[in-house]
Amino acid sequence: MSATSYGWLVLAFPVAGMLIISLGWRLLPGRLPGWIGTAAIFLAFLASIGALVDLLDHPEEERQLVDSAWTYAATADFSADLAILVDPLSVFMCLVVSGVSFLIHLYSVAYMGGDRGYARYFAYLNFFVFSMLLLVLAANFLILIIGWAFVGAASYLLISYWYQRETAVRAGIKAFVINVIGDVALVVATFLILDHVSSLDFLTVFEGADRAFGDNDGTLIAACLLLLVGAFAKSAQLPLHTWLPDAMEGPTPVSALIHAATMVTAGVYLIARMHPLFELAPTAADVGAIIGCATLLFAGTVALAVTDLKRVIAYSTISQIGYMVMGASIAAYGAGLFHLMTHAFFKALLFMAAGSVIGAMAGIQDMDRMGGFRRAMPFTFITFTVGALALAGFPLTAGFFSKDEIIAYAINRGDWYVALAMLGYVGAFLTAFYAFRMVFRVFLGEAVPEARELEQGHLAHGEPMNPMTGEPEDTDVGFPGPEHHVAERAWSMKAAMGPLALLSIVGGVVAIPGISDILEKFLEPTFEDSRFHDTAPTTGAEVWGLVAGGVISILGIGLAWWVYVREPGTATRLRERFAWLHRFLVNKWYFDELYEAMFVRPAATIGGFSRRVIETEFVQGTIVGGATGIVRVGTSVARAVQTGYLRLYALFLLLGVAALTLYFLITSS
Amino acid sequence: MDITWYLVLSAFVFAIGAAGVISRRNPLVVLLCLELMLNAGNLALVAFSRMHGGEAGQVFALVVMVIAACEVVIGLGIIVAMYRNRLPIDVDEMSELRG
Repeated sequence: MSATSYGWLVLAFPVAGMLIISLGWRLLPGRLPGWIGTAAIFLAFLASIGALVDLLDHPEEERQLVDSAWTYAATADFSADLAILVDPLSVFMCLVVSGVSFLIHLYSVAYMGGDRGYARYFAYLNFFVFSMLLLVLAANFLILIIGWAFVGAASYLLISYWYQRETAVRAGIKAFVINVIGDVALVVATFLILDHVSSLDFLTVFEGADRAFGDNDGTLIAACLLLLVGAFAKSAQLPLHTWLPDAMEGPTPVSALIHAATMVTAGVYLIARMHPLFELAPTAADVGAIIGCATLLFAGTVALAVTDLKRVIAYSTISQIGYMVMGASIAAYGAGLFHLMTHAFFKALLFMAAGSVIGAMAGIQDMDRMGGFRRAMPFTFITFTVGALALAGFPLTAGFFSKDEIIAYAINRGDWYVALAMLGYVGAFLTAFYAFRMVFRVFLGEAVPEARELEQGHLAHGEPMNPMTGEPEDTDVGFPGPEHHVAERAWSMKAAMGPLALLSIVGGVVAIPGISDILEKFLEPTFEDSRFHDTAPTTGAEVWGLVAGGVISILGIGLAWWVYVREPGTATRLRERFAWLHRFLVNKWYFDELYEAMFVRPAATIGGFSRRVIETEFVQGTIVGGATGIVRVGTSVARAVQTGYLRLYALFLLLGVAALTLYFLITSS
Repeated sequence: MDITWYLVLSAFVFAIGAAGVISRRNPLVVLLCLELMLNAGNLALVAFSRMHGGEAGQVFALVVMVIAACEVVIGLGIIVAMYRNRLPIDVDEMSELRG
């Protein structure tokens, strides 16, 4: 089989899983839907490996294969095909997406076990994986946009999965609206490119872009900035990030899969895929790098103050994607994608472990209520710590190699990019601190009642309630199920977390400076046309970057240890001392309030005005009222004639005939 | 031949019939008056036919008689139905079609 056949198979399995589960859910007993969904994704993962093996058989310059299933529309100038592009970048993304998705499906089989919407959940999840794979395999802008919109829809469905929770529904709408801003930007960018290059195919566009656009051409910069808006909306970068923390309303495995490991990295993929365009428009690429850097700092500071466990990880996701966007924008494609991969491992792991803790807390997510789970949940403790180490960039973990490679690239570009690199180090320090803030607050310290109970062998079963508002909920469909699951008691959760923990530690081997460059070599065919080949840092510079990153990471972890373990009261004292700063951070820099005042409130005011004045007074009063008035007056005359007396009708008939006769008599004579 | 007298008679009979249809309230009488009007028309048709010496007018008169028979059958049927349902035998009472 050829690589493209494997590519089609990668798409076919999740679709089949989705159809089987969504059409046959009545016939599938117990946990069977979960296993079907998991098997479908596992087969997709195997097909991705098949594509990889086949691709490696090709000589290096023939590793960009396009296959078209059929043509949607063909005109003289261009044709729009349902076509996939199998090249190192798309195969790499397929492997990451399907591999991590498989493990998260496996985790969900147990974690969602008590939920009444079990089959619906897995149908959505398979739909998401299909959409994401379609996005990364697309060979032209048309399919890219379809996949792009599909993942937005899947994200909406899964955020609002517990659809009776008002907060979840609101979060879903917020995510969808912000994502649509990105979709529109992407469509407009596509139009600008189509207008100048007359093609939708990636490879044709990249070849023709040189001729169609001058260097730093205004139109191309506009198109690239619009692409960036699309990427920022999907990847939760400033200023379109506000939906991601709210997206934590969805089930925890969904947060792990969509809102940490795969979908939110689509923006990074987009920038990497469009690199020939961004290299022609360096201004747009610089904007991307600056925004990525600003985002990673902003999100890092917010993660210091927020106490909701899942939201801390969400802000850390925003921050880490900031690194990736910065990397992809400064032409460190290999490094950015490397970080994408390692981040998928350790962030999915962190979310899974957090889900286990939340299970043990009977749904409570507030870190202020947690503590001392170390003895009660040894497996969760170890995996969470491994994830946090990789996130903090502790030496020799996966995150250590990937994050510092991005920063090393930035330093090597020289100029003002060095400033970005320095800010990146500041962000790395923040990352190490907040990662271990979570570890120390959740697992060390005095054991909370739930932890002590779990040590005795009882899983806490509190009253079901909304973790955001504290409102009580029943456990019927549309709310989280009544049962809670922890990794210690479900082998499938353990089986999902174990490999990820391993990968979080050793995932860095694919790109260790001076020792291995498997990833760079593999991605080479996609990025060989890059103009920035010679800006790659030397091995020596990379090693120095690693040393600096490792020291910063250990300093951050040490500070967290000092603040939360050695001198436990320090955090409270600091909070009281800098109350204004804490308020500013806890309120997430007041972005939500700003948008509320800038967009939501005016829109609501205009809407209310339209309803009160335009709709009530003008449309209903004048137009509708006027029309009905005319009809009513007209009909009242017609009604008056209809007396119902047969004799009168006969008379009218006669008079009419008589009048006609007279008329003809008069005119004929 | 001179058909003036025939036409005058036809006009009279037609006018009597029309006056009856308009002024009488008993449906039986209304039907009778309708017959008068139809036959007035027949008379005119036959008279014109004689004047022109063609047969078309006579054939038309025969067709009108057939139609008149059908109409009487339906009309009488309705009247019988009204009687069976103990409705008043009065066309002015049957004014449900008032707008």
